[in-house]
Amino acid sequence: MKHEVIIGLEIHLELLTQSKLFCSCSTAFGREPNTNCCPVCLGLPGSLPVFNRRAVELSVTAALALNSNIQKQSRFDRKNYFYPDLPKAYQVSQYDRPLAKAGYLEIEVDENMRTISLERIHLEEEAGKLMHAGDSIRDADYSLVDYNRAGIPLLEIVTAPEIHSGREARIFLEELRTVLFYSGASDCKMEEGSLRCDANISLRPAGSAQLGTKAEVKNMNSFRAVEMALDYEVKRQEAVLSAGGIVTQETCHWDEGQKRTIPMRGKEGSSDYRYFPEPDLLPLSLEASFIENLVDSLPELPQQRRSRFKEQYQLDPNEAFLLTVNRGLGDIFEKAARHYSDHRNLVNWVQGDLLYQLREHGRKTEEFDSKLLVELLLMLDDGKINRPVAKELLSKAVQKGVSPQKLVSERGLGRISGQENLLPLVEQVISENPEAADSYRQGKKKALGFLVGKVMALTGGRADPAELNRLFDEKLQQ
Amino acid sequence: MNIDFSKEVDYVAHLARLSLEPKEKERMADQLSDILQTARRIQELDTSGVEPTSHVLNLPAVLRDDVTEPSLPLSRVLQNTPRCENNFVRVPKITVQEQLEE
Amino acid sequence: MKLYEHSAAGLSQLLKNKEVSSVDVVQSFMDRIERLDPHLKAFITHTPVMALDTATEIDNRRMNGEELQPLAGVPIAVKDNICTEGLHTTCASRMLENYVPPYDATVVGALRKAGLPILGKTNLDEFAMGSSTENSAFFPTRNPWDFSRVPGGSSGGSAAAVSSGMAPLALGSDTGGSIRQPASLCGVTGLRPTYGRVSRYGLIAFASSLDQIGPLTHGALDSALLMDLISGYDPLDSTSLPGKDPNFKASLDPDVKNLRIGMIRQDVTEGFDPEVTGAVHKIAAVLENNGAMVEEVSLPMTNYGLEAYYLIAPSEASSNLGRYDGVRYGYCAGGENIEEMFSRTRGEGFGPEVKRRIMIGTYALSAGYYDAYYLQAMKVRTMIRRDYETVFKNFDLLMGPSSPTPAFKIGEKTDDPVQMYLSDVCNITDSLAGVPSLAVPSGFHSGGLPMGLQLTASPLQERLLLKVARFLELNYEGQQKRPDLKFFEGGAS
Repeated sequence: MKHEVIIGLEIHLELLTQSKLFCSCSTAFGREPNTNCCPVCLGLPGSLPVFNRRAVELSVTAALALNSNIQKQSRFDRKNYFYPDLPKAYQVSQYDRPLAKAGYLEIEVDENMRTISLERIHLEEEAGKLMHAGDSIRDADYSLVDYNRAGIPLLEIVTAPEIHSGREARIFLEELRTVLFYSGASDCKMEEGSLRCDANISLRPAGSAQLGTKAEVKNMNSFRAVEMALDYEVKRQEAVLSAGGIVTQETCHWDEGQKRTIPMRGKEGSSDYRYFPEPDLLPLSLEASFIENLVDSLPELPQQRRSRFKEQYQLDPNEAFLLTVNRGLGDIFEKAARHYSDHRNLVNWVQGDLLYQLREHGRKTEEFDSKLLVELLLMLDDGKINRPVAKELLSKAVQKGVSPQKLVSERGLGRISGQENLLPLVEQVISENPEAADSYRQGKKKALGFLVGKVMALTGGRADPAELNRLFDEKLQQ
Repeated sequence: MNIDFSKEVDYVAHLARLSLEPKEKERMADQLSDILQTARRIQELDTSGVEPTSHVLNLPAVLRDDVTEPSLPLSRVLQNTPRCENNFVRVPKITVQEQLEE
Repeated sequence: MKLYEHSAAGLSQLLKNKEVSSVDVVQSFMDRIERLDPHLKAFITHTPVMALDTATEIDNRRMNGEELQPLAGVPIAVKDNICTEGLHTTCASRMLENYVPPYDATVVGALRKAGLPILGKTNLDEFAMGSSTENSAFFPTRNPWDFSRVPGGSSGGSAAAVSSGMAPLALGSDTGGSIRQPASLCGVTGLRPTYGRVSRYGLIAFASSLDQIGPLTHGALDSALLMDLISGYDPLDSTSLPGKDPNFKASLDPDVKNLRIGMIRQDVTEGFDPEVTGAVHKIAAVLENNGAMVEEVSLPMTNYGLEAYYLIAPSEASSNLGRYDGVRYGYCAGGENIEEMFSRTRGEGFGPEVKRRIMIGTYALSAGYYDAYYLQAMKVRTMIRRDYETVFKNFDLLMGPSSPTPAFKIGEKTDDPVQMYLSDVCNITDSLAGVPSLAVPSGFHSGGLPMGLQLTASPLQERLLLKVARFLELNYEGQQKRPDLKFFEGGAS
């Protein structure tokens, strides 16, 4: 029997504020343990929370970017449970009156557009970080807690169970990350823990309206892991159902090493969090003007940018996608495009050589001045330099920010071309390399490259390879 | 109808993470039954259409600027901590509700 | 007159006129503490060195001609659930027996800035849960009027300290009467401010929507002076009231003409000492003779106040006290694993009353019971607030007893929690409504014990309370006595 896969995701994102949600401690990552703490985020007796305006702004901005309905009145509640990383033994979160409701994200799967609905978006606080002696919580005799992270503002996004495969989940997460990155709400770095994802997955017979029993999957540390874990779960649940068994409601832990999910035995039923309204915080009341200002200052979002790139610069969908998902690269392209009209050539260089050089030299896109690329391309178009030199100049421009024009004049890297300049060198190389010349005459095309290379070496790479090819060919045919 | 708290005591004590001696539990069950019996009087009242009060102040929430201030020095953070290791807070084995099983 | 017999206002004047030094003043109180506290046990921690240091500094600054706050150099005692940086703050609990906060409560900061020497931290019912100070994990405090009796609670230590002249001023906290009831049982004045008037930052939380810090003093003037110092908006407390600080001291014009006062009708007279209610009537007569209009008034929903309170307060408390788990501070029982550590730490660190309230609160918030208990109680709270709003349309103030009886014997009510809870019946609904409420001495019981009157006003109308209190001090007999403690006083001071 064919089964339909039903997946819902629960995503937590750290918001990009300077200070924490309820206190003025820094949110900076990577500090020495317990050095970003104060009475409030440690939950010391007598401490009280005060909202960070920016956290509210970023949450609303993120919710707007995800097409949600911002709730003018929302409220915070306490979620009570005991765990060592939770300083107050309750998390301040939002239960029945969240900041935003509904919302959706459109994703492209196999050239089809799909809309994934969002059920809710709300603001809550992060807990501290636990580390376990040894590698896993299972084996550890004791654990260590760092409260630097406690109190950082978190946005929780819950999707409707409308995702149908691990791959779709990954595409969704990638698009979500791009949207939220563009909105300025989060830097979405899963490796730094600023983005986390849990999934619920169930199977039901195709055509059935009832949802199957769902398993919750946790501990997936990358988008790829999400895809793999969900694919694994689909297979696992299919196997159980095909054998006539029942899937039990449980929480599964994704084991990256073993590449499988491991069920965890939980208590009967779900935890009783005893939610009640947080008495230390007054209800959040958002003025219409507050929300309007955020709507007005919403930056261009990925979908808008992709459309615009396709229309304005005649880019194809893949190019538009790349230049959007890598916003910095797209920014370089746009800035360069203001001063260079051959957009086709530009996009090839940007997503080809430039991207390669940036990676090679470990440079961020923000560090590269697009003017340098324009300089380079104009010189190339005018024939002032050849392609190999151009590539080298680009490398230097990326590494050190040196102007290609300057380098060319300083080092005399201008292109050498013209029969009067090149023919003597061609003849010289032919006479010095008779075997290669014969080889070519006998039909071995590769020998041409060797001969051209020799002239290139003599000219410090400045000769025009295309012209050399022609000259050698003519000369050797004689 | 009398409330018999003795059945609830174990569950509630667990939720609240309070270990109780058997005598304590018994006494607690009786006392809590009495208290809750009295408190139940409020169920007589018709509160339909009444908004619950979670805050007596009819004021909007206070929002502060996103500015950082110096945090507590590490020595002060840990000055009351029962067990530390390398500036982390140390806790015994976390068994909690969830155990991994094959 | 001995220095410790003066009011804070009186001391302030003496200091300003340089007739005495702050060191002299502090010394006087320290001697008194030395003599009396071993018997009364009002203090958990004594801080003589710190107090003298502050006094010395203030004296120097005054000598240099610096302009100082009115209460500069006047010592004060602070209830031990208010955080004092570097000084043990125990909440009278094993759980925090060795806890030293790394920060000051906002009100303590205000005291230090104004230069009030802190004499010590006073005893209370554990985590402010109680009405007799017998729930302190360390020792009970005795009533200065009769050592075999309780001083009331939970601010029993503060009330006893002021009453016996061990401190001219004290800070207490009031959740369901914890300033007002002990003030009355000890014959002093205790104010519960409007909710939000005084910052809660640094007050170790019991029930967040009900807790307030307030003054215990001899008389209205001292109360006003202290309120001027500690009240005001605090950016660290989101539930703190915005706006400019009023001048409480200016409220003390003792003219009660045309005030409309509602005398709360006692629907249930059982448990009320007839002399206590008699005193209320006597005072009503005096007020009427001086131009006030006194009429009986009823707030029907307040009959459900106790029940609502004893669901709401423990519920919030059960959450506020979750943080005491042995991980970051406080008592730690140790354990094989974290769960064992949690349960044992909390089982051993908390006393029986605290555990009782945590259990009730946990139950009332739990799935399946939330609607019937906590939610219902919150709705009843709204109905109670509405009663107050309605009555304050026609009345400026309310009056009634501040405690059903004078001080009861130590041990008299400890076996019956419900009985103990009934001692709060007069005070609780004011807390639920968030309105300001003042307890003043109303005379003496035939047995010699002080009795108390409670005045209540609408939000932000503390000035009316202080006004009437001042009037009574001047026009109603039998108020300004102090307990006879000559037996313990010994030599000169």
